Amino acid sequence: MSTQGNANPNSSVNNYSMSSTQNGGGAAPCQNGPGQMYPAMYTASSYYSSAPPAAYPTVAGHSAPPTGKTPVSSTGYSGNYYQSSSGLSPYPAPGTHQYSNAPGQSFQQTAPYAMPAGYYGQVYSHPSQGQTQPQPQQLQPNLMPASSGSNLGAPLYPIVSYPSAPGSSQYGTLRSSQTTAGQPPVSTVMPPPPTQSSLQQYSQGIGATPTPAQPGYGAPPLSQAATVNGQSNAVQQHYDQNLHNPMSHHYAAGPPNSQGPDKERPPSGPPGTSVHSSPQHHPGGDSSSTTTDSASPVPNSYESLEGGGYSDLAAPPAGVPAKQAPPFGYNYPTMHPAYQQNPAPKPNPSPSHGGYNPPGYQPYSQPFPSLSELSSALGGLGGVSELEAETLRPVNLLQERNILPPKRAPPPEPNLSNDLRKVNCSPDTFRCTLTNIPQTQALLNKARLPLGLLLHPFRDLTQLPVITSNTIVRCRSCRTYINPFVSFLDQRRWKCNLCYRVNDVPDEFMYNPVTRSYGEPHKRPEVQNSTVEFIASSDYMLRPPQPAVYLFLLDVSHNAVESGYLNVFCQSLLDNLEKLPGDTRTHIGFVTFDSTVHFYNLQEGLSQPQMLVVSDIDGNHLVKDLLNALPGMFTHTRETQSALGPALQAAYKLMSPTGGRVTVFQTQLPTLGAGLLQSREDPNLRSSTKNVLHLGPATDFYKKLALDCSGQQIGVDLFLLSSQYSDLASLACVSKYSAGSVFYYPSFHHIHNTAQKQKFQKDLQRYLTRKIGFEAVMRIRCTKGLSIHTFHGNFFVRSTDLLSLANVNPDSGFAVQMSIEESLADTSLACFQAALLYTSSKGKRRIRVHTLCLPVVSQLSEVFAGADIQAISCLLANMAIDRSISSSLSDARDALVNAVVDCLTAYRANGSNIQPSGLIAPAALRLFPLYVLALLKQKALRTGTSTRLDERVFSMCELKSQPLQQIMRMVHPDLYRIDNMTEQAALHLNDSVIPQPPLLQLTAEKLTREGAFLLDCGSVMYLWVGKCCNETFIRDVLGFQNYASLPSNMTEIPELQTTYSERTRAFISWLLESRTFLPAFHVVKDDASTKTSFFQHLVEDRTESAFSYYEFLLHIQQQMSK
Amino acid sequence: MAFTFAAFCYMLALLLTAALIFFAIWHIIAFDELKTDYKNPIDQCNTLNPLVLPEYLIHVFFCVMFLCATEWLTLGLNIPLLAYHIWRYMSRPVMSGPGLYDPTTIMNADILAYCQKEGWCKLAFYLLSFFYYLYGYVEFLKNNMYLYFNFISTNIQKFWVSKKPDSLYFSLVFIL
Repeated sequence: MSTQGNANPNSSVNNYSMSSTQNGGGAAPCQNGPGQMYPAMYTASSYYSSAPPAAYPTVAGHSAPPTGKTPVSSTGYSGNYYQSSSGLSPYPAPGTHQYSNAPGQSFQQTAPYAMPAGYYGQVYSHPSQGQTQPQPQQLQPNLMPASSGSNLGAPLYPIVSYPSAPGSSQYGTLRSSQTTAGQPPVSTVMPPPPTQSSLQQYSQGIGATPTPAQPGYGAPPLSQAATVNGQSNAVQQHYDQNLHNPMSHHYAAGPPNSQGPDKERPPSGPPGTSVHSSPQHHPGGDSSSTTTDSASPVPNSYESLEGGGYSDLAAPPAGVPAKQAPPFGYNYPTMHPAYQQNPAPKPNPSPSHGGYNPPGYQPYSQPFPSLSELSSALGGLGGVSELEAETLRPVNLLQERNILPPKRAPPPEPNLSNDLRKVNCSPDTFRCTLTNIPQTQALLNKARLPLGLLLHPFRDLTQLPVITSNTIVRCRSCRTYINPFVSFLDQRRWKCNLCYRVNDVPDEFMYNPVTRSYGEPHKRPEVQNSTVEFIASSDYMLRPPQPAVYLFLLDVSHNAVESGYLNVFCQSLLDNLEKLPGDTRTHIGFVTFDSTVHFYNLQEGLSQPQMLVVSDIDGNHLVKDLLNALPGMFTHTRETQSALGPALQAAYKLMSPTGGRVTVFQTQLPTLGAGLLQSREDPNLRSSTKNVLHLGPATDFYKKLALDCSGQQIGVDLFLLSSQYSDLASLACVSKYSAGSVFYYPSFHHIHNTAQKQKFQKDLQRYLTRKIGFEAVMRIRCTKGLSIHTFHGNFFVRSTDLLSLANVNPDSGFAVQMSIEESLADTSLACFQAALLYTSSKGKRRIRVHTLCLPVVSQLSEVFAGADIQAISCLLANMAIDRSISSSLSDARDALVNAVVDCLTAYRANGSNIQPSGLIAPAALRLFPLYVLALLKQKALRTGTSTRLDERVFSMCELKSQPLQQIMRMVHPDLYRIDNMTEQAALHLNDSVIPQPPLLQLTAEKLTREGAFLLDCGSVMYLWVGKCCNETFIRDVLGFQNYASLPSNMTEIPELQTTYSERTRAFISWLLESRTFLPAFHVVKDDASTKTSFFQHLVEDRTESAFSYYEFLLHIQQQMSK
Repeated sequence: MAFTFAAFCYMLALLLTAALIFFAIWHIIAFDELKTDYKNPIDQCNTLNPLVLPEYLIHVFFCVMFLCATEWLTLGLNIPLLAYHIWRYMSRPVMSGPGLYDPTTIMNADILAYCQKEGWCKLAFYLLSFFYYLYGYVEFLKNNMYLYFNFISTNIQKFWVSKKPDSLYFSLVFIL
């Protein structure tokens, strides 16, 4: 097994990972044996494509099952299988014989077996055997094949390549069939199994497999056989635990023994498959099978796909069995819970971490999955309840100075059963401010916390299950996509988890292309993954999918030419022209404008571009010619006017037949034609503590244009590179309502401001090559009783739950405020589903579906315990910005402070056992005042500090449209001391060592002249170097002799071949790893004039016009006592 | 002859209020449609916005009429709504066209709820004022009827007394 397992990972893991987890071993075998076919057949995207019913037979042909059948029949065993499938026939004599001979007896002893046995009995309905030895019966099927296999050595299952079924070993029958079927080598190997010794081997083998095979688990579960394996595995696991607990030791030892087991395993797979494959199951049989299946790892694999690295998948036999056991007994009705439970346990909690205490094991395993994602260590292994207690621990903020966790805190885990949690949507994609949803609006009001979602729906995912299916299964009344949180009432019906309507399972859905089995709707990838992508049929199109069309609208007035952006842009576009997302239909066009609007004719056949029209990218050389020529064309322009409005109108007319993306580069206030704007900023009021005016648009021209564009599926992205006031508040509307994005480079100049220029280059690089979805809509559905209150982000709201997104890009986030309209008392889970329908740049219509499931609670303390402070802060920021535009900035600021005051007051009122003195917050909310203070000091919301209106408005745009992680870095940057990083607690990734310095509080107190500090603000990074900074750091990392020789405008860290430098760079690049836009980098000397930009981020410090953190706490306390 | 103008005002207000009631109902239906996803907010705003000013102008119009008719009580009852309308229109979002409703914000649950509530309140107000005007109209008619019948009867008496046809003619004209 181990070997096979290992092989798997290498081979096809990616596509198949779905099935793999427990089956892992099984899957691997597939590849080895006949299975190879599968990988080829199922390309990740395509495997679902075949219509289940039709495809099924063919699949079977490929897969073990069919072959298995034939061989079986020939051997005479076939009878069993078929019977089993049909549910009728008892096992043939041979089977029984073998069984008796076989280790089966030994197994009988184990209690757990009884369950499975019973169920097998049902399935197979062997009266005689069952009567005599119920437990053994279970085994019988297994054993029988095994024996048969061994005896016959039949080549029957040539196909049965499944080495995988580690579990199979237990099921002698299954294996035997396989062995018989098939592969000569296997068969030869097989014979031994019947004896106890063989069993032991199995167990060992299994155990062994997990550890070595971890990667292998990821491997494809493809065929039905795989599912079978899964079952078998589960059974085996039971065996192992129950019987061979002592054996567990073997796990570690595993590898040596592994071969024997491995070989045996394969056979098991096929028999199982045959059983499943049989279309007509006894209901009982099905149920049993399904339950086992659910237990099987398959789901995990999918998760692994989604989540990325599932490296720790090793099947934890011990853990699994215990949980699985209950399901066996259940019938369909219970399926929902049971099933959910089953999949969850499967995982592999154990493997990588080693400590396998069979008893203690499970609890530990739970935290694992989540932790695995965090690259970090095993810190919080405690049970959920402990966590909850921890999050509720009262903290006296006035006394506890160090409330900042040493690392960026992970989002709180919803208090769900392990299985649900495992399949739940990643918090990076979908987060809720309250991970425990209050039952009623009254309870929510009591908690004084906002309820809302933070979404990053089009995030770049490394692994995403893509499903091609003729029918996309959805609830008939609320149109919810089927998801992991629905319940299957029986095999034919599922109950929607949002509206509770009972729906039929379509025939097609009964077939599972991943496992190639029939009658297991709950194992379909849609039901195993909370993030999936469907290839949509033409039902989801209003018109043929549009091609990727890009139009660049370039400001070429004097001001623009002067800033030199044109050069940078043209160079970037030239470099990335080939990487623009798109296919052969892609079009690209250019329009330039100053006081007039110029078009360019890039029609094929021209020798040089003519100013005129737009056309396609095939005239590639023309585009390149134009890009080369453009910067030179306007060098001597004296035109200072800008006719942005007319240019946008022209772009709208050009694009409206197809839709697409318009990218606008603007360097000044539009001064001509429609949409002209006047300067509204009074520089003297920049630092006013009174109201800030002109945060809203001056005209609705841009908004109306954006709505028109949105209607024609045109998204407008705005790059503003202006050193003067350009009324971003008005201009940004054109992006805001057409789902575009806004970029702002204040005082951009290609020579004078190299940091800005580099940032612009990096952003362009990302901007041009990032994924894009066209003509998109996003609908957010939620459990009945919840309703959507307000959306935040860049889009046009088309109806209460539908956003229209002309373009969707992977870097934009959305926030949604929710309200509770009806009591949720009759449900224990609340679900949210975001479905994003878009046209990919390749012209495919796709639907990306995310589903989040959260528990509903009735106690106020639980609501507090589940508060996700980062999400709350982001949502509050969004609300505050709306408020500051619709009402006034001071209102918004007051509202933010009141949010903290109200919430802490509510907590105090609720907590009976809290000491009256001090400012008490639950641990989950201990960062609340800090984050709110940081928000108040953001450019968007601050008063009293000189802030240019455009920068303020841009900051608002960012807060509204960035994903949560980015916002949090912006609001509360991370400060590290990096001149003395050690390898202690360092991360080791791919032979690079990444030091993990602790997070420091954002106060100048933490800075020392002897140190160098890195401040990571998301879109910009500062390296502050103290006056007395140690010279080795300056020399080895910065490449200068001493502090005095450091230039004041360094914008990058040189690549020096010193360990010091390497370590520092490793750390910085680790910080940047998951970021799409690279930050600008500034080295700030202690005495440089630029240091104010660094110090403004130290939000805990007092400034002339703002509280320090401690003062702020006192202020809150004072407000609370009023 | 207080009758003529004041009664005419009431009669006109009665008719116009009926129209306003239809406006209010239309308003309510429109927002309900928005809430239930039947309509695109852009379309809906495009149909609603042109109706806002006419509604306000109609209301202003008969307020002015009552002012001229020196119907102070009636005017007083309408002043709050008048003030509300002025405030509402002053605080409308930045828009180039006439109207109140911005398709980009209309779907906000607060605004939607507010607009719906506004619709219902206005409907109630218009309904009440409809009956009030009806009452006022009838009152005037009653008062006038008295004079009127007096006038007619005196004319008829004159006719019988003087036997001059022109008296009868006056009364007939008046009756018609």
